[in-house]
Amino acid sequence: MTSFWVYFSARPLFWIVLTLAVFMFSRWLNRRLGGMALFHPVLISMSILILLLISTGTAYDTYFDGAQFIHFLLGPATVALAVPLCDYFDRVRRMWLPILIATLCGTLTAVVSAVSIAWLLGGETRTILTLAPKSVTSPIAIGIVEKIGGYPSMAAGLVLITGMIGCVISPWVFRLLRIEDDVSRGFSLGLSAHGFGTAHALGLSGMAGAFAGLAMGLAGLVTAFLLPLLVSMLDF
Amino acid sequence: MLLGLSILLGCQLIGELLVVAVGMPVPGPVVGMLLLVVALLLTGGRVPDALRRVSDGLLSHLALLFVPAGVGLMNHFGLLAREWVVLAVTLVVSTAITMGVTGWLMSRLARRFGAGEDL
Repeated sequence: MTSFWVYFSARPLFWIVLTLAVFMFSRWLNRRLGGMALFHPVLISMSILILLLISTGTAYDTYFDGAQFIHFLLGPATVALAVPLCDYFDRVRRMWLPILIATLCGTLTAVVSAVSIAWLLGGETRTILTLAPKSVTSPIAIGIVEKIGGYPSMAAGLVLITGMIGCVISPWVFRLLRIEDDVSRGFSLGLSAHGFGTAHALGLSGMAGAFAGLAMGLAGLVTAFLLPLLVSMLDF
Repeated sequence: MLLGLSILLGCQLIGELLVVAVGMPVPGPVVGMLLLVVALLLTGGRVPDALRRVSDGLLSHLALLFVPAGVGLMNHFGLLAREWVVLAVTLVVSTAITMGVTGWLMSRLARRFGAGEDL
């Protein structure tokens, strides 16, 4: 009985430990490469883990049996964004109108630009629908894609890649448009690159992180209500 | 530590229950975050130390938490091979436009509304 239990609990544990070890190695490698966003620790970790799983013939579901315990922490981490938000609440309250306008315009830009670019390039309808909520945090995006008829499991990956792209291009976008304050930088990172952008913004300053978390939440809420409506209007 | 974790998971639980009860298309943790903000502000806007410690710990390793979902891309290599040009161009261009529009609007509006005197 004892060996039976150990056998089945050791395997999920193995994937947790492996994920942690690979992530720590990726972070070390990222620092060695000069902290470039292109070699984001998450991107390196994903590549190493996918290569490992494929070369050992392991199914993703087997890996996720263990890794889901790390994935689960995304929930409480999202709730934890309330703390930086609370710290900077005075600033948020004074800026409610700019926040409202930037959220509505930004969210609309994200959806319309993704759909129209993919359509112009001749993407399949289901691919276009999967791309539509790409700037929204993955739990919300998956729910939206399920609703409008794309590929839900693909949406998680696209959302992640969007987050990485956002971190990579943000220095250029900010320099080109002279976006210099932490409030605007954080807010645009959170709106266009969700949790990834928020993690990146937390590295800029606590204020940037707070506004990124706020933007991520607002963009998720607005998109969740706006997108199904928009899709039914466009009659895909 | 335990108190902080209980607060976070408790808010998430209430959020999940509310979402199911009302039938909102919004994820439970986002509702939980809003609930926690409201609760903290109603109790004077001061964050308990136990909650701050757990939150800081989780948020400083936020990037790690995306890895398990990201590895799931390995199940979609077929679609990726077929439509990678559409996907890549759309993601890069659309993300750049979105970030530019949002950041530009925010920085100009913040200045105009005089809300950010020390921006």
